[in-house]
Amino acid sequence: MTGAHLELTGIGKSFRGLRAVHDVSFEVPSGAIHALIGPNGAGKTTIFNMIAGVYRPDAGKAMLDGRVITGLRPDKVCAAGVGRTFQLVKPFKGLSVLENVTVGALHRHRDLGDARTSAEAILARLGLHDRRHHMAESLTLPDRKRLEVARALATEPKLLLLDEVMAGLRPTEVDVMVGFLRDLNARTGLTILLIEHVMRAVMALAARVVVVSYGEKIAEGSPREVSRNQAVLDVYLGEEDAA
Amino acid sequence: MTAFRRLLTGVAPHTSWMLGILLLLLVVAPHLVDKYALSVLILILYFAYVGQAWNIMMGFAGELSLGHALYAGLGGYVAAGLFMHYGIGPWAGSFAAAAAAALAGAVVGYLGFRFSLAGVYFALLTIAFGEFTRIAFDHLDWFGGSAGLFLKVDVAPNAFDLRGGPLLFYYVILALAASAFVLSRLLLESRLGRYWLAIREDAEAAQAVGVPVLRYKLMAVTISAALTSLAGVWNAFYYNNLFPETAFGIGRSIEITLAPIIGGLGTLFGPVVGAVVLTGLGEAFTSVGDMLGIPGIKQIFYGLALLVIVMYRPAGLWPWLAERLGVTERRR
Amino acid sequence: MPRGVLPWNDPIVTPDFLLALAQAVTKGLLTGMVYGLMALGLSVIFGVMRVVNFAHGEMMIVGMYLAWAGFEYFQISPLVSLPLIALLFFAIGYVLQRGLISPFIGRPEHQQFLLLLGVALILVNLCLAVVGPDSHGVQLDSQFDSYEIGPLVLDAVRLHAAVGAIVIAGLLWLFFTHTRIGKSIRAAADNHMGALVVGLNVRRLYAITFGVGAACVGAAGALMITIIPVTPSLAAEYTLLAFVIVIVGGLGSMTGALMGGLLIGVSEAVAGLLADPSLKSMFSFGLLILVLLLRPQGLFGKRGA
Repeated sequence: MTGAHLELTGIGKSFRGLRAVHDVSFEVPSGAIHALIGPNGAGKTTIFNMIAGVYRPDAGKAMLDGRVITGLRPDKVCAAGVGRTFQLVKPFKGLSVLENVTVGALHRHRDLGDARTSAEAILARLGLHDRRHHMAESLTLPDRKRLEVARALATEPKLLLLDEVMAGLRPTEVDVMVGFLRDLNARTGLTILLIEHVMRAVMALAARVVVVSYGEKIAEGSPREVSRNQAVLDVYLGEEDAA
Repeated sequence: MTAFRRLLTGVAPHTSWMLGILLLLLVVAPHLVDKYALSVLILILYFAYVGQAWNIMMGFAGELSLGHALYAGLGGYVAAGLFMHYGIGPWAGSFAAAAAAALAGAVVGYLGFRFSLAGVYFALLTIAFGEFTRIAFDHLDWFGGSAGLFLKVDVAPNAFDLRGGPLLFYYVILALAASAFVLSRLLLESRLGRYWLAIREDAEAAQAVGVPVLRYKLMAVTISAALTSLAGVWNAFYYNNLFPETAFGIGRSIEITLAPIIGGLGTLFGPVVGAVVLTGLGEAFTSVGDMLGIPGIKQIFYGLALLVIVMYRPAGLWPWLAERLGVTERRR
Repeated sequence: MPRGVLPWNDPIVTPDFLLALAQAVTKGLLTGMVYGLMALGLSVIFGVMRVVNFAHGEMMIVGMYLAWAGFEYFQISPLVSLPLIALLFFAIGYVLQRGLISPFIGRPEHQQFLLLLGVALILVNLCLAVVGPDSHGVQLDSQFDSYEIGPLVLDAVRLHAAVGAIVIAGLLWLFFTHTRIGKSIRAAADNHMGALVVGLNVRRLYAITFGVGAACVGAAGALMITIIPVTPSLAAEYTLLAFVIVIVGGLGSMTGALMGGLLIGVSEAVAGLLADPSLKSMFSFGLLILVLLLRPQGLFGKRGA
């Protein structure tokens, strides 16, 4: 599976008069890992939700390998090859770890047996195989995050949207996840777009970073460039008072 | 053959044996017990069957329906109507009955799901449709109106028209209950069943992994409705009468939900266990009530049972019982 | 005016018919006021605490039975026993909420519903067991009195009941807008966490709320028995009616509950005049379906309530 090419052009969304996202455009080339950063409330998850089909944009569109995916229902977007995780993880609590991922695998494997086999393989790669019969409800947060990623991967996506997957992880756990994602990307060429606050992960993974604030794109570039960009610094650290 | 294999995956051998023996016992039961016990068994199987059918919608797909009498009622009335007006036997009539109920389910389901009604509101919608239909049938003369529809009984016993004694009805309801049990197992161990469970747990997350939620919810309702309608057909031909008040009433809707809730939502054995407990004890309480000349004792018992279960064993009696029997119905 | 004859079959809509219609509407408004009070109780319970009180109708008929018993055995008019009944219901409601229902507030809705269904089954069948299935009514001295406003004739009993309902609703409004407890309840309803943070004893408030809601129902029952005789089968009907009114009128809206009650009361009376009385419920349920689908916040509710 090679990764898909994602392109957003002029995407925007308002909620009852409040402009959550306005005229955002950027591209993520096939096989790349990019990051979407910005202060809380900047509209990052709204952008994800528009790509994933949870919201319909008021303006603009998102295209996956040239095909418009905005306006499609979330399950159709998944069928088009997009996998996503949620900022607040949503495991199927009453099901086991294996069954959680199996649901994802059923998207590409009609037969339950095949789906389970596929799910087991993914769990192994994420280090959850030994806990596959545990109830999802009983997992710790880092494991739930891994489960969420595993479940999304089971749908065999060409683009993976990760919403703050590092949040709440300790630095060692962050490194493990970073290693996993880097390895995944290197082996399969899966395109990855991350929303992240944990800069350690952003610096280590992203080839390119898009910065959003108050719903608008304010900067784009390599992690280095962006971390030196005055507009970005102002937004994160506050502007200096005119002395 | 793969279906048969699927049926047995993950089932411990001793469970299969126990079930096999149980089935065997049930098949020979009429020759071992007296008439009264047979009638109790018939009731148990009836509630196990209809509870199983309801459970598909609630236990698997997670949608609370308090208007299931709508489907049972439609089933009974359509089949009885065809029988009394056109002489069409219940075996053929069942197809029409199931179709009518499935259609009704699709309408209720579509409206509820499309308009994002959840929880109580969805339940109220189902009640409203049930009541609406009840009143409508009070005024439909083709179906006998509020005076009721009576099936002709002065016909020679014959299985085609389901004219016969308790024995015939016992085997029919046994077959239905066993089939429902097997069907539920097959459904659960399939893509459809897994998607239902996912929807029940978290519909938004399910959608994100490619589950077409609306379509699958509709499938749950229509399948549940069609199965429930067959209970209605059986009921109509067993008791030989139908009244809108009892066929579509909320009392019947609630009655349908008691066994699976008390036995255990979303489990295979739950409705069966619930049916046994409720009917068995219900009969006992009715006798006590009759002796004392006090009406309503059985219902008070049902109320208490509900309270106790929901307070102390909200998952139902079966999960608790299963642990003791060492039968883990793989708590997925 | 023969029943069941629709006006457009007649050559002319006669003055007689219009009078009969006005008569029906008035009767409906008066009865509807009492329905509104009953629904108000549910609006408080369901609207404030999101408790699906499936025992609402059952509570109503217990109120009716108590008032009837007071009259039958002690010759106390329901209008007099009303405050006692309301107080009793408040106490029972308080205890019920504190003891039984409180742990269920966070739980999945279907469990709450089952709990209250259990309570409902027990209540209605206790009534059945103790009193029997026959209907029992109250014959007040003022039974055959009436007031005349122009050509309209109003039953005295119905008018007194309606006035009683209005008075109680007014007291309730005062409670929620001018007393500290009332305002705290509204705050807790609006924002549970916020209420906890500012130190409100939410558990106690919820118990009071349920008590107040129950008291409304008890009072409504005492008023209703003067108009209609009671049988156990009324319970389920009233539960559904209360939900229909609250949803059509709008959750959390006192005006909505009262308006909804009036609407249902009038539609009942008019249906009784124009067509088969049994179709009256069809209208209510049809309206419920429409409101659920198209305007779930009800006619007077706020969006997103």
